[in-house]
Formats: sequence, structure tokens, C-alpha cells
Amino acid sequence: MRQNKLVMVAMAGFALTTLTQCFTKKKDEGKRLYEQHCQSCHMDDGSGLKGLIPPLANADYLQTHRDALPCIIRHGMDGSIIVNGVEYNKEMPGVDLRADHITNLLNYIQTNFGNNNPRYTLTEVQELLESCPPER
Amino acid sequence: MSKRNNLSLKTGLAAGFLALASTAFYSCDSGSKSTTLPIYGEREPVERVVNGETVVDTIYHQIPDFAFVDQDSQLVTQETVAGKVYVSDFFFTSCPTICPKMKSQMLRVYEAYKDNPNVVLLSHSIDPDHDTVAVLKDYADRLGIETAKWHMLTGDMDSIYDIAKQYLAAVEEDANAEGGFSHSGDFYLIDQQRRIRGHYNGTLEEDVDRLIKDIPLLLSQKEHETK
Ligand code: HEC
Repeated sequence: MRQNKLVMVAMAGFALTTLTQCFTKKKDEGKRLYEQHCQSCHMDDGSGLKGLIPPLANADYLQTHRDALPCIIRHGMDGSIIVNGVEYNKEMPGVDLRADHITNLLNYIQTNFGNNNPRYTLTEVQELLESCPPER
Repeated sequence: MSKRNNLSLKTGLAAGFLALASTAFYSCDSGSKSTTLPIYGEREPVERVVNGETVVDTIYHQIPDFAFVDQDSQLVTQETVAGKVYVSDFFFTSCPTICPKMKSQMLRVYEAYKDNPNVVLLSHSIDPDHDTVAVLKDYADRLGIETAKWHMLTGDMDSIYDIAKQYLAAVEEDANAEGGFSHSGDFYLIDQQRRIRGHYNGTLEEDVDRLIKDIPLLLSQKEHETK
């Protein structure tokens, strides 16, 4: 009986650690995806590159174009845009990521680099992705 | 017993002496390293007779004459860099991988030597068909750089690839010494006689720090060097 209890406690402990590990993994995933797909252009600190590549750090664009961001990641963008009052005009390639990956990546950006914006839910991102403008 | 002790004392002393000698050597070596830079590339001994005696001169690898056009449509040749120290690299404006990092690091070199007329930067486009003068002009303007200090070069594709080989090939020979393969993200440091004096990974901040520190070593080394 006592032994059973012990086993239970051990198992609960085990489950708890795996669960928290799972969460931290998810948190790291956004960072990992950023490093893998975005950092080469937007830089380690999200500062971008002068007038060539817009910043993600403290970028007003992340708030004003929140709903467009999932599609921008998946399909890229081009043409003239204004970020924090500066004009940019250069092509950004898209990355064909899964909806859950895009969610983690966007949540990482929206809550790092000096940004403190609301997070996305997976359903929200899935819906936004469904209504992406037709591909060029 | 005492004999043994004696022996170990001797070896101990010898070891101590060796250690001392090697530190002396080491510090001497690192001392000389910090004031001169290596010369990369093939070298050729050339014999010449002076006053009836044979002297051996060494001819070092030199970047050959070139002619490209920069973001202001100005011709840039070996004359542009005559008597100057310059840093060169290879990139293209639409490159999604390492080029933005390289350019952000090159900007640091630019800022460090902005006011020194004896230092020039040359960035060659390896996609010259796309990177026309107009495209380079837009790129340079958005970087906020001055043409006289930092020339973005376009031109004939073959000429650019030929000159790239002159930088790359000379360094690759030496690459095994560094244990690495020289890749296109490198910055090359060229002296007043167009000899390669250093190569740095243009995407690594520490390496570019080293470049920024190496440049003055060439600047202090005056033009009166042996040819
Ligand atoms: C090849 C370089 C490059 C890569 C890689 C890249 N971007 Fe961009 N990004 C740009 C450029 C250039 C623009 C401006 C586009 C324009 O002018 O229309 C931009 C614009 C943006 C914008 C909107 C403007 C802003 O700064 O808020 C966001 C958001 C963005 N990128 C996020 C990302 C994310 C997330 C990734 C990784 C999945 C990524 N980018 C990968 C170059 C890049």
C-alpha cells in the first residue's frame, strides 16, 4: 500500500517535470524558429539593418498590422512599407511553416525585443492564415 | 634514496628552466605577432645581382589591376586604392542568408574609419546583372554610406569572379592553418601594395573586432617598404 503511494508520487513528479519541460520547449520553439529563419536579416536583437531591413524591436508595425503577420511570414512581402516612420522597400521571402509554428514564432516576437503585445492563440492564427491574400 | 632525490631535483630544475624559456619564447612570439601581419598567398623567390652579389627578393601575391563601376557610376580601379589600405568583400543585394550580417559588420568598420582617408572599403556584387548601378545606389543610400569611403561595385561578371579568385584562392591556400574553409562571408584586408594581410569572418563580431584592430598595423607601416 505504502509502496503504491510512493510510486504514485514519483509518477506525478515525473509527469509534472515532463509537462513543464514541454512548456519550456514550446517557449524555446519561437526563439529557435526566429534564429533559424529570421535572424539573418532582422539581426540577433531584432534591430534590422539601417534603411534596408525594418526592425522588429519596438516596431509599431507589429501592432498596426497584427492580423497580417501570419500571412507575411508564410508568403513573404514586398513593396514600400513604413515602420516607425522610416520607409522600407525590399523583398522579404516567405517561410512555409505550420500554423502552430507560426503561432510560437509570432508570440516570441510580440513579447521580446522590447515588444509587449498580446499573444496569439493557435485558432486565431489558423483563421488568419485561411484568409491570406492570393499568392503572387 | 638520496641519489633519487637528487635526480628528481635535477629534472625539476631542468623542467623549470624549460618552462621559463618557453614563456620567454612565447611572449616574444606574441609580441612580434601584434605588430606585423602575415602576407597571404603564393610567394616567389627572385634572384637579382647587386654589386656582384646575388640577393633573393620575394615576390608576394598581389591583387591585379581591376576596373569596376560603383554606386555613383564612377570607375573604381587600382588607382582608387593606390597607397591606401582597403577591406574588400563579396555579396549581392538580394542575398537572404549571411549578407545582411556582413553588411551590419562592415558598417562597424565604416564607422571606425569614416574620417581616415587612407582606408577604403570595396564591396563587390557577385550578382552584377541584377545589382546594377541604380540598385546599388538605392542599397547604399538606405545604408546611409558615403561613396568615397565605401564603394559598392558592379561590372562584368567574369571580371568579378576572376578578382574574387585572387582574394579567395590566395587565402584558401592558407586555410588549413586555421582549420577552416574560407567562405564567401570573409572580409579581406589589403595593404598599400595590394597584398592580402588578413581575412576575417564577416558575420562574426569578434573577427571583425580583430579586423578593426589590425588596420592600424598597416597604416603605421609606411609605404617605403621593400617591393
Ligand atoms: C531575406 C531577409 C529577411 C528574412 C530572412 C526575413 N525578413 Fe522580415 N523583412 C525583410 C524585409 C526586407 C522586410 C520589408 C519588406 C518590404 O519592404 O515590403 C521585412 C519585413 C518584416 C515585417 C514587417 C515590418 C516590421 O519590421 O515589423 C515583419 C513582421 C517581419 N519581416 C518578420 C519576419 C519574420 C518573423 C521572419 C522569419 C520567419 C522574417 N521576417 C524573415 C527581410 C527579411
